[in-house]
Amino acid sequence: MTESIHTLQEFMFQTKGMCYLLALCFFVGIITFWRFLNRNDLDQDMD
Amino acid sequence: MSEHSTAVERPLFSPFNVIASLIILFGLWLTYLRFTGGLAAVSNLDHNNPWGIWIGFDLLCGVALAAGGYTTAAAVEIFGMKKYHAAVRPAILTGFLGYSMVAFALLYDVGQPWRLPYPFIISPGVTSVMFEVGACVMLYLTVLFLEFSPVALEWIGARKLRRVIVRLTILLTIFGVLLSTLHQSSLGAMFLLVPSKLHPLWYSPYLPVFFFVSSIAAGLSMVIFEGTLAHRNFHDKMDKEHLEASRRVVLGFGRGASLVLAGYFAIKVFGIAIGNNWHYLATNYGLWFMVEMLGFVALPCFLFAIGVRERNATVIKWAAFGTILGIILNRLNVVLICFNWQLPAEARYFPNWKEIGISVFVVTVGIVLYRFIVTRMPVFYEHPDFKEKH
Repeated sequence: MTESIHTLQEFMFQTKGMCYLLALCFFVGIITFWRFLNRNDLDQDMD
Repeated sequence: MSEHSTAVERPLFSPFNVIASLIILFGLWLTYLRFTGGLAAVSNLDHNNPWGIWIGFDLLCGVALAAGGYTTAAAVEIFGMKKYHAAVRPAILTGFLGYSMVAFALLYDVGQPWRLPYPFIISPGVTSVMFEVGACVMLYLTVLFLEFSPVALEWIGARKLRRVIVRLTILLTIFGVLLSTLHQSSLGAMFLLVPSKLHPLWYSPYLPVFFFVSSIAAGLSMVIFEGTLAHRNFHDKMDKEHLEASRRVVLGFGRGASLVLAGYFAIKVFGIAIGNNWHYLATNYGLWFMVEMLGFVALPCFLFAIGVRERNATVIKWAAFGTILGIILNRLNVVLICFNWQLPAEARYFPNWKEIGISVFVVTVGIVLYRFIVTRMPVFYEHPDFKEKH
């Protein structure tokens, strides 16, 4: 991962790109986790 | 509750009292050595390693684990979650004793402890992060003292003074949250000064955020853990409200801790990404980092979630215990284990057994004080003369 980085611009491009991808994963993950955490409550509300 | 009997009916020579007495006697001997022979007589601290286990364990872990006070007070007084009201007094007491023990332990660590107030009265170093930490801890200790004082005032029957302080509850809670936010994060900010000494997997420009967020999880877990121990040992001191609220507190705080740990795990991964430190994960330190993150953050987070979903208080209590161990491990990693990681082993700090002895002494003093207070003052029950007045 570090072999292709030679300049600050490449470093920022690489790390920021990774952060955007992680942010996307986080938003999907936290919604899934929230639903997992509250499933019993959600089921009760549906009933 | 046994109708608010404040008399102590426990045997004097119980196993706890005997062991605690021996530790305190031993600690007093170590204290004598420390204050007559100096730091070198009891510690392996030197100019290259000025911070050791007293800062790593007593101070950083103590402050993080005492965060239950501000998290519980904020939940109940600011966010209006009155269903957790029964947890406030025990949490404030734990916080107050935790911070008191931090200040007590600092007396051992600072070379000339009588100079502790110097930054505030003689030479204020207002541009230093340590000044901010010191000021916030001092002020927050005062706030915790005031927040806890209604309990002592009910005990001695000082009605008027109690009424005045109870009216200040919201103000004190807001002030406490503000100060905690500042110094919990500033404790992490202290390590921003040493990017070359702290291992890159633990160093991050976001260290203050890591410390603050993890302190919330530590505080919530500590309330659950302390409540569990209190239930086991001081069941007879609890009134109906506290006994009924116990399960509610465990489930509610477990849910909160689960979400906070999920967020903490995410921002720690962001920390690696921002520094592009992925390649360190394949090293021995990387394995150790993954033990901390997977074993003591992700696993407790998952256990909390399972426990909340299945309404299983036992799983939540184990998750809380795991989180507390994780926070202690994290703080020790930052201060000791992964600090000066590039130095050869012989040049690195390892605590003297007397340092560990003094830390055990400090913790024991805290536990004895906690026991003394909860067996006498209305912490786990409403005082019959002051019911419905707070």
